[in-house]
Amino acid sequence: MTPTAHHPKAPEPVILASLPDGSRARLVQVEGGAALRARLVAMGLRPGAEVHVVHNGGRGPFVMAMDDCRIVIGRGMAHRIRVEPLEPAASGARRRR
Amino acid sequence: MTITAESHAQPEGTRASAAPASARPPRGAVRLVRVALAGRPNSGKTTLFNRLTGASQHVGNYPGVTIEKKEGVRVHAGTRLSLVDLPGTYSLAAYSVDEQVARDFLIEEHPDVVVCVVDATNLERNLYLVVQLMELGLPLVLALNMSDVAAERGYRFDLATLSRLLGDVPVVPTVASRGDGAMELLDAVVAVGLGERAQRHVPIAYGAEVDAEIERLAAALEADAALLAPRQSRWVALKLLENDPAVRRQVTRVVPRAADILAAADAAAARLHGLFRDEPEVVIADRRYGFASGACREVILRTPESRRTRSDQVDAIVAHPLLGLPIFLGLLYLVFTATFRLGEYPVDGIHHLFHWLSGTVGGLWPAGSALKSLLVDGVIGGVGGVVAFLPNVLILFLAIAVLEDSGYMARAAFIVDRWMHRIGLHGKSFIPMLIGFGCTVPAIMATRILESRRDRLTTMLVLPLMSCGARLPIYVLLVGVFFAPQWQAPVMWGMYLVGVVAALVLAKLLRATLFRGEDEPFVMELPPYRVPTLKGVLLHGGRRGWMYLRKAGTIILGVSICLWALTSYPKPPAAAPGAARQAVALEYSAAGRIGKALEPVMAPVGFDWKINTALLGAVAAKELFVAQMGIVHALDAADDREPDPLGDALRRQYTPRQALAIMLFCLLGLPCAATVAVVRAESGSWRWAALQWAGLTLMAYLVVLLVYQVGGLMGFA
Repeated sequence: MTPTAHHPKAPEPVILASLPDGSRARLVQVEGGAALRARLVAMGLRPGAEVHVVHNGGRGPFVMAMDDCRIVIGRGMAHRIRVEPLEPAASGARRRR
Repeated sequence: MTITAESHAQPEGTRASAAPASARPPRGAVRLVRVALAGRPNSGKTTLFNRLTGASQHVGNYPGVTIEKKEGVRVHAGTRLSLVDLPGTYSLAAYSVDEQVARDFLIEEHPDVVVCVVDATNLERNLYLVVQLMELGLPLVLALNMSDVAAERGYRFDLATLSRLLGDVPVVPTVASRGDGAMELLDAVVAVGLGERAQRHVPIAYGAEVDAEIERLAAALEADAALLAPRQSRWVALKLLENDPAVRRQVTRVVPRAADILAAADAAAARLHGLFRDEPEVVIADRRYGFASGACREVILRTPESRRTRSDQVDAIVAHPLLGLPIFLGLLYLVFTATFRLGEYPVDGIHHLFHWLSGTVGGLWPAGSALKSLLVDGVIGGVGGVVAFLPNVLILFLAIAVLEDSGYMARAAFIVDRWMHRIGLHGKSFIPMLIGFGCTVPAIMATRILESRRDRLTTMLVLPLMSCGARLPIYVLLVGVFFAPQWQAPVMWGMYLVGVVAALVLAKLLRATLFRGEDEPFVMELPPYRVPTLKGVLLHGGRRGWMYLRKAGTIILGVSICLWALTSYPKPPAAAPGAARQAVALEYSAAGRIGKALEPVMAPVGFDWKINTALLGAVAAKELFVAQMGIVHALDAADDREPDPLGDALRRQYTPRQALAIMLFCLLGLPCAATVAVVRAESGSWRWAALQWAGLTLMAYLVVLLVYQVGGLMGFA
């Protein structure tokens, strides 16, 4: 799997910052330096990870969830993360990749 | 060291017989095993550390030493375990100073056992660090912490498989907050530490292409540097592919043909980049995650439905876009009110204690004795002035510890992030700033949580402007003497506000000049809310309070004595009688002469030679200003003591305008000696410490000059 790959039939990637509270998405790509991206991977923010928008503050920072872990990122950062939106219906059970 | 305790050390595995009998020392001898505790922030690592070491833990290092790690000792099953609590880190990639400290310790000290504390409710992410520890090839023990919470949420683990996947690493479920599993964990640590339980090295597969490049580089390293063992060379090769700056520097230092090796590493990285269309460090990080993720698929038997947790419900209110800020400000107000109000009573008590002490000690010698003067004016006066404000500082630190341990501090950083961005910093810088209200030294150490060096230096340089506990005695003295009761509280709060505003303005200025550049992306984990434990808060807050107290016992004691000597000697040749004699003696002393020499410079800001003399104390530590004022005026005044000799003396000689000038100067300028030392240590150079000292002092001079002169023109007394 290359870091930028995503499923062929998946919807077009969108910017994480554009998603409303409560939506779910799969992370596709982060724009930024290698050091930053490696640091994000260490925190679990890697391509393929499923994230959940807890709080999209509009102009303030952005809170997202991965499993039971809450991560807050700056607004600028939220604009640099591309995701594929997922159906909100399947919330809960962990997906096996 | 009883027989029953000894039996604890029996390993569960079958390797017991393989351990040579000679490895066991004769009865009664104590074997030593060096243990390091590693883990992510919020994994409960420190709680576990406190459980394991009990009361024996002592505080890490303070000025001059670059690493802050806690150490403790525990005897278990006839084995002396020396435990080191490493800073909490997400990885060993050395993105932040904390990670660098943790990694350097593991590589250089080579502990016998590394206990990796993992949060069982978040296994996949926690295993990432475990994978990096496996790469280092150190003997591991896994503490599966918060296993009660995980069980409650419905997680089920296959521990035997987890152990096998990691290379027969013992996996011990623990609940650090209750101490569950601590004995079993210590058993495992002893068994691994004494080599009674062997581990396999499990190589992480980074994919055929990356593995091939690692092999090639490792072979080149081994050919070149015979000192590297095969596993070490693989690790170095991996780090070179990851473009790790610290390892590159190290290679340059120790490997003979470093330039060739680095060129080969760059070529390999370029090949991988062409293949994956991404930086190798990202690919490798992803593969590590892949290992962690794969392991989780095998060992997590049941995963719970993820749900809206109680933390989210609390956050909906506390981190609300509109409610968040008022709640935050309310909490801050509460913290500061508690600091001053609750602190008043013990402060009065300590004042009386020291007053009684100086009276008692003073009574032992006749008036005019040099030894009496040294003890009463130098030692008791100097140290007492500092210790008296310990309650305030301690209450503030305990309150901050509650905020940190409960998880609120991360929310506070989140709430202020939007405003901090305006000055070019982000929310995380706020945490050291808050600690700075207690003492600048732990605050500067707390800047380690900032990843970017630009952010870190900016925060460090402005931190002394946060009005620390040591300024409090100055305000209390001067505000009490020179301002009407209804003005006292506003002036006090005003000083704090001036400091904060100055810090923000200066930070903005620094980010626009010296540390120009894009804002560092802000990423921070919000830990789940937890009820802080009493023990945790006491240890956490107490540790910072201890730093403050230690300053009183060491730097301040030494400087008090020096200052006393400077103000007492040399003695004038011909003694005049009475009060005049004291005044002449002070003017004649070394400190008096320095004060006089500074008068032309300091007169425009309203300082006479006596204030200058007292400021000599503030150069070492702010609180010494008060003690030094005391010495200057005690030597000056008649020997019979009035109820408030210092206050009366000050009221006679100075005006409120001068008092304000003194307070402002002490707030903005002259970072104390301990701050200079810790900034040097944390920034890695005297340059920053010197720049900070000179810059802040110059700024203070200019601001006070402006305030004092304009105040004079406007007709204020």
